Amino acid sequence: MISDKRPFPRVSTIILGALATIGLATAIIRFDRGLGAITNLEDGRAWGLWISFDLYCGVALAAGGFVMAGAVYIFGLKKYYSVVRSAILTAFLGYLMVIIALLVDLGQPWRIWHMIIYWNPHSPLFEVGWCVLLYTTVLSLEFSPTVFERFNMTVPLNWIRTIQIPLIIAGIILSTLHQSSLGSVLLMMPDKIHPLWFSPVLPVLFFLSAVTAGVAMTMLEVSFGSRASGHRVDLEILRGLGKAMVYLLALFLAARLGDLLAAGKLELIFISGRYSLMFLLETGIGVILPLILFSLPAVRKSRKALLWSSLLVIVGLVLHRLNVSLIALMPRTGTFYFPHPLEFVISISIVAAGILAYLMAGRYLPVMSQKGEMEAASIKNT
Amino acid sequence: MLMDLTECIGCRACQAACKQWNGLPAEKTHNSGSYENPPSRSARTWTTVSFNEVNEADRFYWVFAKRQCMHCEYPACASACIVGALHKSADGPVVYDSHKCIGCRYCMLACPFGVPTFEWDKPVPYIRKCTMCKNRLAEGKAPVCATVCPTKAIVFGVRAELLGEAHSRIRTRPDRYVDHIYGEKEAGGTSELYLSPVSFSQLGFPTLGPERTSRYADIAMLAVPPTIVTTGAAIGGIYWFLKRRERLMNRSTAATSDQEATMEQKNDI
Repeated sequence: MISDKRPFPRVSTIILGALATIGLATAIIRFDRGLGAITNLEDGRAWGLWISFDLYCGVALAAGGFVMAGAVYIFGLKKYYSVVRSAILTAFLGYLMVIIALLVDLGQPWRIWHMIIYWNPHSPLFEVGWCVLLYTTVLSLEFSPTVFERFNMTVPLNWIRTIQIPLIIAGIILSTLHQSSLGSVLLMMPDKIHPLWFSPVLPVLFFLSAVTAGVAMTMLEVSFGSRASGHRVDLEILRGLGKAMVYLLALFLAARLGDLLAAGKLELIFISGRYSLMFLLETGIGVILPLILFSLPAVRKSRKALLWSSLLVIVGLVLHRLNVSLIALMPRTGTFYFPHPLEFVISISIVAAGILAYLMAGRYLPVMSQKGEMEAASIKNT
Repeated sequence: MLMDLTECIGCRACQAACKQWNGLPAEKTHNSGSYENPPSRSARTWTTVSFNEVNEADRFYWVFAKRQCMHCEYPACASACIVGALHKSADGPVVYDSHKCIGCRYCMLACPFGVPTFEWDKPVPYIRKCTMCKNRLAEGKAPVCATVCPTKAIVFGVRAELLGEAHSRIRTRPDRYVDHIYGEKEAGGTSELYLSPVSFSQLGFPTLGPERTSRYADIAMLAVPPTIVTTGAAIGGIYWFLKRRERLMNRSTAATSDQEATMEQKNDI
């Protein structure tokens, strides 16, 4: 099943494992001496790097899972079968990483189950919590066939396949809610977020940018993943995704600028000092530049150019999420925040653990195999 | 409560009494060149008196402003709380149920007045803030800060009556006050009301409109059920339509190939 048996463990595996272990040790300090011991968070800045990077960027970058699943199973774009599994795996691991980060960030993570019994339907965070809970469950089921196939467990495999389509649809609904709800969370701070980023339609903008970044993430990880496992994904597939990026980026750009125009805030782009700079960086590097690149036929013919262009989209999304949830979010008076080194350690170690899990799954599970997906599709077609 | 900043002499008896009544430990601070101390509220200091040197309309003012939870009529913290651990009680205070709290700190970000504080140095941390001495209210007593104030700068009472009192003070002494009762309309109105000799922005009070802070989030949350229904219907509909089209096309190709097969058979004969 795996074409190349390279020596194992490799150096990269050891480094990733070490990073993950350091993070675990750091988390132990937090549970002994409080959040203040390993973060620069304070009353004036209650959310920092973990929420902005691990949660806000992490969830958006996991959007590839529902977008690709929807494209293949609902819209019947069968040529993308070969990438849907890695997209779902990325999403699943992404959500697990988000949950780990939340468990470190929460004051009392052992009470996380409180959200199941104490309801506050007015809270956008209530929506976020339920979406994380339900969608992670759905993702684990969507990914489970890969595990069942590996161990030839035909009974659960057939059982999952009978509910596959309802699962995919549930996943799309939950993702739509979840991606937008992260925007809704910020709607609670209308007087604190810089007007270049605050907008009543933040939930819609969050959804659009997440779909765009999700596809970019799929392109990126399919390129890298295929290199690692030796399966080369058709250039045709990457080219198709690149073409979709043109429409998605154009749609997001139109929504973003249209929203500023409608609110009469367009001139703020140029007169807001360092915020203008952040806006232009985010929109220029992350939206306009890749939009131009993906439109060029020369780029769409080159694997490398497609890879770099999708990387730009991801950088743009990370910049947007950091801007809207951290940099453009005013702290209380007299507060200056820059993440504590150990905050970076936690974030890096979670990413390392995620990449490690992705590589392991690619090595030991039939993630890149198209056989199972094709079988499932042929069952559905008859 | 109504706080008349023209009456406040900055003695900070309220600050000390608050610590005593609520059993809050002292904080180690540094001399910052001002009598204002500690410099900010925290999980151990729920109320502080800010010292402000203000030049306004060619006059110099030294204004002291007691700050604490505003006990909003429509508290953003309560809307934000994921487990509903904060709520506005009928007699005024916005109260916190520590048994529910999971420590997500969303309330701290949602609050437009920067009130809730967190126990950053504890392994089992809670949110802390002024409770309007709800345990005193239960016994028919006024909050301790209002009780100890030597100049009656803090008056405890029913909101509507205090508003009437504040309006009449501005009417009788328009030279003494700016024509603005902070808290009457801010963020939908608050239980704490302020009168001041200078504009509130000079004292570090946030400038807020009369709309409640959760106005946009409320709309987003109302949109959740319709989003579920429309997304579900749209995705389900697209799937059904495409599958049906595919089935019909398969049938027609199958029919064509059947015909061809019969033709070939005939030819054979």
